[in-house]
Amino acid sequence: MSDAAAAEPDDSDARWALALTAIDVLEQAGNRIGGILVRARPGPVRDAWADALALVMPVRRVPASADAEALDGGLDLTATLAGGKPVQRAGILKDAAGQVLLVPMADLINPALAARLAGAIDEGGPPLVLFDEGDPADAERPRLPQALVDRLGVHINLNDVRLPMSALIAGEAPPPPLAMLAEPGALAEDAETALSVAAVQLGIASVRAPVLALRVARAHAAADERDALCAADMAAAAALVLGPRATRVPPPPEEAPPEQQEQPEPEPPEEPPPPPPPSDDTPGEDEQDQPEPPPIDPTELVLDAAQTALPPGLLDALAAGTISKAPKGQGSSGARQKSITSGRPAGVRPGMPARGARLALIETIKAAAPWQKIRPKREDGRLAIRTDDLRIRRFIARTESTTIFAVDASGSAAFARLAEAKGAVELLLAEAYVKRAEVALIAFRGSEAALVLPPTRSLPRAKKELAAMAGGGGTPIAAGLDMAMRVAMAERGRGRTPLVVVLTDGRANVGGGEGVTPQEAALQAARAFGATGLASVFIDCSPRPRPLGGELAQAMGARLVTLPRVDAQAVVNAVKAVMT
Amino acid sequence: MRIPFPFTAIVGQAEMKQALLLAAVEPRLGGVMVFGDRGTGKSTAVRALAGLLPPMKVVPGCRYGCAPDDRAPCIEGCRDKAGKQTAEAPVPFVDLPLGATEDRVVGALDLERALATGEKRFEPGLLAKANRGFLYIDEINLLEDHLVDLLLDVAVSGTNVVEREGLSIRHPARFILVGSGNPEEGELRPQLLDRFGLSVDVRTPTDMGDRIEIVKRCDRFDRDPAGFVAEFADAEQATLDRIAKARKALPKVQVADEMLGLGAQLCSAVGADGLRGELTLLRAARAQAALSGKKDVKPHHIAEVATMALRHRLRRNVLDDTGSTSRIARAIAELIPA
Repeated sequence: MSDAAAAEPDDSDARWALALTAIDVLEQAGNRIGGILVRARPGPVRDAWADALALVMPVRRVPASADAEALDGGLDLTATLAGGKPVQRAGILKDAAGQVLLVPMADLINPALAARLAGAIDEGGPPLVLFDEGDPADAERPRLPQALVDRLGVHINLNDVRLPMSALIAGEAPPPPLAMLAEPGALAEDAETALSVAAVQLGIASVRAPVLALRVARAHAAADERDALCAADMAAAAALVLGPRATRVPPPPEEAPPEQQEQPEPEPPEEPPPPPPPSDDTPGEDEQDQPEPPPIDPTELVLDAAQTALPPGLLDALAAGTISKAPKGQGSSGARQKSITSGRPAGVRPGMPARGARLALIETIKAAAPWQKIRPKREDGRLAIRTDDLRIRRFIARTESTTIFAVDASGSAAFARLAEAKGAVELLLAEAYVKRAEVALIAFRGSEAALVLPPTRSLPRAKKELAAMAGGGGTPIAAGLDMAMRVAMAERGRGRTPLVVVLTDGRANVGGGEGVTPQEAALQAARAFGATGLASVFIDCSPRPRPLGGELAQAMGARLVTLPRVDAQAVVNAVKAVMT
Repeated sequence: MRIPFPFTAIVGQAEMKQALLLAAVEPRLGGVMVFGDRGTGKSTAVRALAGLLPPMKVVPGCRYGCAPDDRAPCIEGCRDKAGKQTAEAPVPFVDLPLGATEDRVVGALDLERALATGEKRFEPGLLAKANRGFLYIDEINLLEDHLVDLLLDVAVSGTNVVEREGLSIRHPARFILVGSGNPEEGELRPQLLDRFGLSVDVRTPTDMGDRIEIVKRCDRFDRDPAGFVAEFADAEQATLDRIAKARKALPKVQVADEMLGLGAQLCSAVGADGLRGELTLLRAARAQAALSGKKDVKPHHIAEVATMALRHRLRRNVLDDTGSTSRIARAIAELIPA
């Protein structure tokens, strides 16, 4: 069945089977499990999955940019104006009873829609399927709002799934390999306990996860027309719900080696531990030659099954010690300067009342009034209003700023500099209450730059992460400036106003390459930065001012501040002078 | 509408449940702010409490949920229209979504009427809907600023004043504001925080027995909501009676001068800014006394509510990590011998 994929030892088949299981579960459980989050880039595999979903349940697509009105219904203005009587438009949420709402490009979902959808799940609306198309490798990709993600019971990942070409050409999804997950077996312990214990061992704090997992297990049993839960149901629930939410790998059970998957306790010594770690049993093989299995310890079974579906990158992240970062606040709507949906009122402009914009009725009538004489009279004697007359209201949302500190954490002077930079970040954050500003911190040292603190306005979180930051090593100014630029551009993309504050003595000694000195590389990076027109402050903290810092600052278009002895309050003052 | 999960079936989270009960007994407390992680049963608890409360008497057809015996004038003149009739309606529970527009919250010109019949009519928003009930805002710390300002104003005055689109309207909007949020995802502005009467910290239950019990109860509720609710009917009724009794007794609960003095001492000892803290502390203590069926406030009532009434009002030093909770506990231990 897997002709091309067989060459590589991957778990593609198992993942595909799991993805199809998710559909069965959704069909059974519907809204009770909230829905499915599908991590998948667009492509034939995802299309095949969507087709398989459409076979069992009617699917309705909702664009990620849909507005609240589209969900809840409202007045169809165009039709109302044309007909002279109110025409209501039904909302998708009401309309879609019995259907599945599918949101493609859900990573770009607008926060208002996400909030409404999360609410709809609580109210018992239609189940959701979200396609998260973000590149998992891109740390700065937009994130789905957590409130919504948390409520979607099943998370699956199609990014690593390969399907046989023949099936894709024929346009039909390959059926799941049978008995992929685990064979039925009696449970030694109750399901509630097993799932709760496993969730804690996987580092899942939310109690919602085991609750959802149990619902999934029950739906899985129901799909199989069984009443009692068996091992297979637990394994499915673990792989669909708990595994993807794991934030750590559970400690291996005392006896069984952790690579062991799905094997019930009995005879480990006879078999050599199977080398491909996260692979499931190949269908049919092991089942025959096993004697009647004794009752299975469900917690272990759940943990094992969950590990087949750990979130991609979790292990790497654990190794790098970068986990534990709470996901970024939320794909914040990012205040645009001129907004049509929110903020303080700022007049009107011509336009169609859609996408959350609201008709300015009086202005519309004013616009239509002068034309009444030359427009054909309406029979009912009312104003003749045309689409061109429509005026919508405009709002100004205060732009919110993000101050990005790029701090030279290298070498000897680093200790004091870093401490003061940390202090400056905390002081600015303390004031951020009022200004709604966010702060980010980049440290460059050794051979590279790292985003120590992604943009945040949370003081507790900043403190936690700042405390863990270290100094020492070379001075890769070029890398630091590059990263500052990337982060700043990303912030600009979110609709915020970035300000970059560079704290260094200006002497680069790492970076560049063939025939390019570190200093030249730094200057190049500074010019590239300057070309973006981003606002910046360059704080030269070398003991005696040297031209190096000035050159960099000029290339960046930055305001130069010399602070031979950095202290947190002085940095904050310098930053504030630029901000106002 | 789904059957709400029974309030008394919620496992643990004693402080949150207590705060919600106090708010239900004494609406003037000014609401509850719940800090905590996701999946700790915050919204379940608030919904459950709203579902637990007895239906309220309303003037039939009134879009603002006016009470029949309330003398305050309604903009629609609902009482004149309805005469002596009354109707019952469940206590409203309004969920304010993060992305809500100002129009949805405040209310706006009813475009449909305006276009169809040329009538200038106000279309009430969520604030009107929440009148006499609960307004719940999940992730309130992520709510847009201008909406927060607006909510503050209404929550304090109990009146929603609309001056827009040629409308000039004021209507009652007295609601118990319940906010929730995770401080790690963004701080709440101190101005807003101070307006909340009580604040509680909820943590994900760490006790394995509790966690298993939660999963079990949710599962039983899923499979047989009616049966599960019936199981807790007695407990629910008892809670309901307690609230009703406490509400009735509240006006008669005495606060002696010594208790006023104790409240003031406690506030100044912990460095809680402003009079609001003191007032809330004593109101909460009074509600606490009423809930436990006592006729006057005793020092232990004050001690029981001090943490939730004051925790969020302490002057904070950015670089000082000592938890507010422990500072209050210390002050209580000094001032109120157990």
